[in-house]
Formats: sequence, structure tokens, C-alpha cells
Amino acid sequence: MKFGVVTFPGSNCDYDAYAAAKLVGEDVEFLWHQSTDLLGCDVVILPGGFAHGDYLRSGAIARFSPIMQSVVKFASGGGLVMGICNGFQVLVESRLLPGALMRNDHLRFSCKHIYVRVERNDLPFTSACQIGDVLKIPIAHKDGNYYNFQGDLQTLNAHNQVVFRYCDRQGNITAESNPNGSADNIAGITNREGNVLGMMPHPERAMERILGSDDGLRLFESIRAFCRRGVNVEKA
Amino acid sequence: MEQPQVTPQMVKDHGLNEEEYREIIKILGREPNYTELGVFSVMWSEHCSYKNSIALLKTLPREGDALLSKAGEENAGAVDIGDGLAVVFKIESHNHPSAVEPYQGAATGVGGILRDIFTMGARPIASLDSLRFGSPDNPRVRYLVDGVVRGIGDYGNSFGVPTVAGETYFDDAYTGNPLINAMAVGLVRADGLVSGTISGVGNPVMIVGSKTGRDGIHGATFASEELTEKSQERRPSVQIGDPFTEKLLLEATLEIIREDLVIGVQDMGAAGITCSCAEMSFRGNAGVTIDIDKVPVREKHMTPYEILLSESQERMLVCVKKGREEDVRRIFDKWELDSTIIGESNDSGIFKVRLNGETVSEIPSDVLSLGGGTPVYHRETRKPAYVDELAKINLDEYPTDRDFSKDLLTMLAAPNICDKGWVFNQYDSMVRTNTAVGPGSDAAVLRVRKTNRALALVTDCNGRYCYLNPRAGAIQAVAEAARNIACSGGRGVAITNCLNFGNPYKPEIYYGFSEAVAGMGEACRHFNTPVTGGNVSFYNEDPERAVFPTPTIGMLGIIDDVSHITTQGFKNAGDFIYLIGETDEELGASEYLHTIFGKNIGPLPKLDLHVEKLVQDTLLSAIRAGLIKSAHDCSDGGLAVALAECCLSDRENLFGAHIHLDDDIRPDCLLFGETQSRIIVSTDETHAEKLVDLCTASGVPIAAIGRVGRDRLVINDLIDIPLEDMSRAYYDSLRNLLERVRH
Repeated sequence: MKFGVVTFPGSNCDYDAYAAAKLVGEDVEFLWHQSTDLLGCDVVILPGGFAHGDYLRSGAIARFSPIMQSVVKFASGGGLVMGICNGFQVLVESRLLPGALMRNDHLRFSCKHIYVRVERNDLPFTSACQIGDVLKIPIAHKDGNYYNFQGDLQTLNAHNQVVFRYCDRQGNITAESNPNGSADNIAGITNREGNVLGMMPHPERAMERILGSDDGLRLFESIRAFCRRGVNVEKA
Repeated sequence: MEQPQVTPQMVKDHGLNEEEYREIIKILGREPNYTELGVFSVMWSEHCSYKNSIALLKTLPREGDALLSKAGEENAGAVDIGDGLAVVFKIESHNHPSAVEPYQGAATGVGGILRDIFTMGARPIASLDSLRFGSPDNPRVRYLVDGVVRGIGDYGNSFGVPTVAGETYFDDAYTGNPLINAMAVGLVRADGLVSGTISGVGNPVMIVGSKTGRDGIHGATFASEELTEKSQERRPSVQIGDPFTEKLLLEATLEIIREDLVIGVQDMGAAGITCSCAEMSFRGNAGVTIDIDKVPVREKHMTPYEILLSESQERMLVCVKKGREEDVRRIFDKWELDSTIIGESNDSGIFKVRLNGETVSEIPSDVLSLGGGTPVYHRETRKPAYVDELAKINLDEYPTDRDFSKDLLTMLAAPNICDKGWVFNQYDSMVRTNTAVGPGSDAAVLRVRKTNRALALVTDCNGRYCYLNPRAGAIQAVAEAARNIACSGGRGVAITNCLNFGNPYKPEIYYGFSEAVAGMGEACRHFNTPVTGGNVSFYNEDPERAVFPTPTIGMLGIIDDVSHITTQGFKNAGDFIYLIGETDEELGASEYLHTIFGKNIGPLPKLDLHVEKLVQDTLLSAIRAGLIKSAHDCSDGGLAVALAECCLSDRENLFGAHIHLDDDIRPDCLLFGETQSRIIVSTDETHAEKLVDLCTASGVPIAAIGRVGRDRLVINDLIDIPLEDMSRAYYDSLRNLLERVRH
């Protein structure tokens, strides 16, 4: 199988996502923002960073990149797309995922290890997890405060679209464990079809014990297992 | 072109004295015109010329087998770390800009030092920041801290370099003039290093990156004078940073280097195009002629003077191999950046500037370049009266019938001791996924991919020590840096320094500078850590006072095997705690006297460099032999604070300790004295005996002082505190100090 990692000008976690895909032993290609060719990748990662500087709203310019036309088309056809941090912001700006990511409630950038609880394991991204598993994964963002209108939030929950919630070490969803003010402690969501994942924490930074956690491996291994099985995967 | 007539007042306003102006006339054989006056003014400013420091800097040890570029030769020092790899690193100040415009001042400080690294072909892999401010009680100080931290964060986070370590230190000495020292570290294949050179004849010279604007004009001269009430008017001298463009510039620059298209590259920092043209052609033993009208500018009607002196950020000067111009342009186009040929190299030895074909400035490159013909001064020194006065202390004035538990809690909450998470959580410390030990331990550790090695990085300087005794303070700064690296499992290999002092024309100030340089040299020779370069920042004064003499040390260490990586926190309840080194009855210069009694007083703790080296070497042997679970040095706050830090290292996994010390000395000295060359280690039962044997065989004192526990820190009958109380004092303090709301 093959991972693709999009490089926007200003992406700075593209290399880390690339290295993470390599670590699970799969092929991986960088996808240039000016191109529309997804190079036959099975899954597309929109990495962290500050695409186009994010001097406007985070992700607001990146959605207009030529590559995003292909990503949107790929996602609509059921292709796997994973947006991490800035990638999540690009996904909501592209309307591939609902809601918005506002400035953190404390108004500052925040980088630290946090815990998330797995809410779904029937997705290509989380099949190696159990529901209720607590993963230690770092965050590093200023705009990660997930927001949606009350009604839309209910719809999101009704369709079971929340994949990860911020929690404490024991898995309790508490106000103290919410690092940015996100509604319902939301750390990651999927679309209704379950083929597009957006999350603020950085699983690609949690791939090796020497870096403080290897819980991110579970996501990459899930994707790998899913694609290897070749079920429901639309080639780009 | 009509240029304003140069007048004596104009010369003075450009910060040049009469003697220097006479020298300029001698060099040119005529009076300089207005543009040339501007060029001399920035290149002969203290900031660019090091005229009042270079003579002493040359006394520092600058030789070492592993050094690939020596101090002053290139934009940053380069060290061979084996496996065909080199580390490029340097520290620089951005004090004056940050004092008047903290956000942009600090941001562009980070941007500038990052460019110094990637201009040599190295990819930045880490950034460190050594920050000094006045008391957080002062609202302007809180404004400065907030702006500086945001500035550093926004720049480094967006650029994509992990900010992994540094210091945040508070003392009234820095109220009007904070110190913002930024260090960057890069990694490059040893055969891929690029020089900052213009050479040959007919090689095109290109300006790449951002357009040139009016920002930062005379930033270098601004940095070469004392701060006054009028300094706020110099805010336009502060540059504006754009980390996004810098990120693009990084990728494009590394790409043209990788494709072997360049002869040399130098970033444009202080003194902009002027400095790059002069220094690069001087290094290449060549000349350069540029057409100033070709420089892409942000606004119309900029004069050659303004373009030459602009310090607009995110620009580079590139000397391209003749015939490869289009390849360079193609790469910069891909990254959506300007690249414009503005001139070419020749063999004249002259830096010539033309406007529409007409010469507007013509000066030999060497006289503008450090190591060429810039002025070199030897300044007068006079020992300040306070040095001997403050070295005296009568300990009887400090009663010992105190509640030391309460004192320890006060110490743990003190701004110089408490957890600095409020600062470093605002920095991305993990991007690029190499950070094995992030901010908060003795040194940051980054693994080096595709090898079994890691790098240990640290900045250190105790300003109070250097104030009370600049020579001994500088020695201790180097010793502590090396000790921090040893505690992380590495050995120091080289340093970079950032020398922050007041006005060098004041003999008392210059005394501090010359003493600190002497001490640093002595210590660096002892630890075999040559000086690879750095930066001198004088004129750190406001009308109230000069800053403490602050020679910040940035040290690079190598950890030979990632399995040696060691951190300060205790690991398991029941482990045995040992103190390597001995505690003397001394309290001088301590954080305890500062925090509890409000005094910066007393002789520095004694330091024997031979003992220090032996302790460090022995510790490292023990780590390599797998005998150690944690290691932490005793520094600010002494043994009690160091023990508390070992307990509190991980807020989610706190440990207690039961400690018994049988030294027969005053309890305040025992708990809070800052005797050097001491390290707290923990180990388990199976390794304890071997550890003791190893130390004993090496002649290093070691004492079993207690066990790791669960819920309290107990030291003799002096201290007994529940962990929760310690944790709250330590972790919640800085936020409370800095985010307090004004009513």
C-alpha cells in the first residue's frame, strides 16, 4: 500500500508523517500542493504546519490549492484522508468535515503530551484500538478549539462522528483534561462515511518510545491493516 | 545622484567618532559621501565590527580536532559529530529590539539565528532561548515576557523548528533591558557545508527571498548604544518577522545547495545587503559590484542608502556558479520567492554600489569586515568597588531557627526556580520528531536519525554569580553547562557564547567583560570545549543601571549511545538516592539569600575545576555502565531544591523522598548552599554497590542519602512537605506571577 503526504508551502510536519508511514513499513510519497496527481496513493495525509503561513484563518488558503481538488474528489469517492492538526483545519475549511477550529480558549499556543479516549474502533483509522482505549499523543497548536453549533453538535454525536476525546490518564472526560476549550472535549472527528479523519493531536509524533510514546503507531497500523485487506479502498 | 552633504554632526549621528572618521578619509583618500558614511557607520558599529571585544575574544580557545569551521570564520561554528555528519550551532542576542518591541524583537532574533544555520547548508533541528527579565511584579516586565514568548513561539512554531531548552531568569538588573539570547542548532552532512563566500570573476550575485523595505534601517547602530527614554522612538529600527517566508527560504536555500548551484550563501541580518556583500567578498578574497536599482523593493523611492542599510528579514545573498542562474531561479519560483541577479563578482577587492550605472559607493571590502580592517580597540578596565564589598558576608546575620519547609515552598515558587512550563508549552518542542528529552530537564536531548547517537543541548549562565564575580561566574557557567550535559549522559564538545554587557567605554563594565572572557577561556580549556563563535552585545543599559554581566553559554554535547540518555526525575519508589560530591558550609551568592532575604551577596561557592571534571567523568562512566536511573545537578537553590526537582520532574508521576544528611554544617548551608560539583543520582539495589565502588575507585566522594518514596519529601528533621503542596508551589507559580490581572 502507499501513503501520500501533501506538502503545502508552510507544512512542517510533512516529513514527520512521511517518517511515520515509513516506520510501519509502507511506501510513501510527498504530494506537491500545485499538483493534482495523487500518485495512486491509498491514503492521503494532510500534515501539520502553517500552510501558506496561516496569517488568515488556519487552513483558509490551503483549501484552494490544486491538490485539494483531487483530495476532495478522492474523499468523495471513499478514499481515506487523514488531517492532522493543520490538516484537520484544512479539512474543515474544505467542508470535508463539519465545524470549525477556533483559537484555543486560553489564547496561547500549547505543545504537550495529552491523552485521548478512543470513541470508535470501526474505522479504518482505529481498528487496532478498543473503544475506551486511552492514547498518549502530543498536541501542538494555537487553533484547536473545536466548535460547532449546538444542533450540529448533536447531529455529530447522533451519527457517532467523534473519534477521539481529550481525557485524563484514566480515560475520564474532564474539563481539566481539555487543553483548548473544545466542545465536548472533541479531539478528532470523522465524516458520516467514516473515510475522512481530522484530529488535532499528532499521532506521527508518538511512534517511538524514545519520543515519549508509541501510541500513534496504533493509528498507522490500523490504516495499514485496512488497506492491506483491500476492503472498500478506492485507489486514487 | 544628489547625496546630502556630509557634516560633522551627521558623522556624530552615525555613531562614528572623529578618530574613526579621519581613518575613513585615509582609507578612501577622500571624504565619504552620505551613502558611504551609512555603510561605514553600520559596519564599524559595535554590533558588526566587534571593535571593543575582538582583541579579548581572540584569547578564547578556538582549536579542536572536531571543529570544521572556527569562530569568526563563518556564520556559525561547525562540529564534526561522526558518521559523516556535522552540527552547526550559534547563539545570538536580540536584546535592544526586544526591549522596545518584544514580539517582533524576539521573533526576528529567532529568525536571524535560524538563517545563520541554514545559510551554511544545515537544516535547523533545534532552537533554545536564554531569557532574562526584571521582576514579574513589574507590569511592563510582564508585558515584555508575554510578547517575547509569543514572538519566539510564533516564529519557531511556524518555521517548524523545535524549541527544546533554554532559561528564563528574573532579576531587577534586567528590568529596563531584558536579554533575549536565541540559539539555533542545525545538522548537515560534513561534506555539504557551504561557506559565506563571493569569489571568482563574473559569478552572478543574487538576492533571494523577501523584498527589501524600510524596516530595520540602522538596527545594528541602534543595538550599539544604550537604551534611553527615547529608545521607544527607535521602534521603526526593529525588523518585522515572517516565519512563513523563512520556511520557504529554508527549503529553497537547501535545495540550491543540494543541487550544487552555489559558490557561497550568506543571510542578511544586521546591516543587510551591505554586510553580506562586504563580508562575503572579503572571505573570498574578491570584489563585488551591485546595481542597487535591481534590488526588489517594497516601496517606491527608496534611496541606495536605505536599500543598503535595510534589515528587512528573510533575505539571502547568493553567489551563484556562473551559468546556473536559471536553475536557481527555477527553484525559487517553485517556492514562490523572488530571486534577482543584482551584481557579480570580480577581483577588485572593492564593494561597489551603482545606481542606474552611476557609482554611489565604493569601499574596499576588507576595511568593512571583521578580521580585515575594522577598528580594534583595547579598553580600560577598573574593578568596581562593589565586587570586594559584596564578597563579604557575615552568616550570623541570617538566623537558622527558621521553618525550612516553608522556605523550601517559597523557593520552589520563586520565579527563578519554579516550573517554566508556562513559557515552554507555548513552543513546539517536538516537531521533526527527534526530541527525546524536551524542556525542563538538565539538558535537552535530540536523537540523530540513522545513527545510535544523540545530541545534548543546554544554555547556562547565572547572572548573579557573574555580577558578584565575573571571572568565577563565567567559569561556573561553563562548568554547569558541562555538568548538565553529563547528567544527560553526554560529553560537552564545544560551546557558543552570547556575551551581554553594559557600555564598554565604562572601565567598570569592561572589567566585567574582560574577567568573564578570561574565566570562560580557562574553563573551556579545562573541559576541552572550544568556542565556535557567538555574539557580543554591549550597551545593555538603561538610565538606571547596566545589566548583570551575563556571558550566556550554549553548549553542544554528544551522547554516544541513545541508551545512555538520562533524565533528572526519580523513576521508582524504593530506589536508592546518592549524592556525588561534597557539601561545604557556604551560602554566598545563593538563590536562597536572594529569594528569602532579598540579597545578592557573598562569595561564590568554591569550584575546583579538577574536581568538577572528575565528578562529571565519573558520572558519565556510571551512566555508560548502566548504573544510574536519574541524575540531576545541584545548582540554583542547592541540594533541597534539587531533590524537590527530582521528585517533581513529572507532574503526573510524582515521587517523594526520605533523605538523611549527616554533614555537620549550618542547616541553611546544608539545604540551600550552592556548592558546585554535586550531583544527585538514583539507582536500584542491584547497581548501588557497583556505583559506590566506581566512585570510590575514581576518588570521587559519594554518600547514600536516602530512598525514593511516594508522598512526601523529608530531609532530616528540617523539612517535611507533602508532595501535593510542593507540586502546587512549583507548577502553578509562574502562571500566577505572569497572568495576574490588574485591578
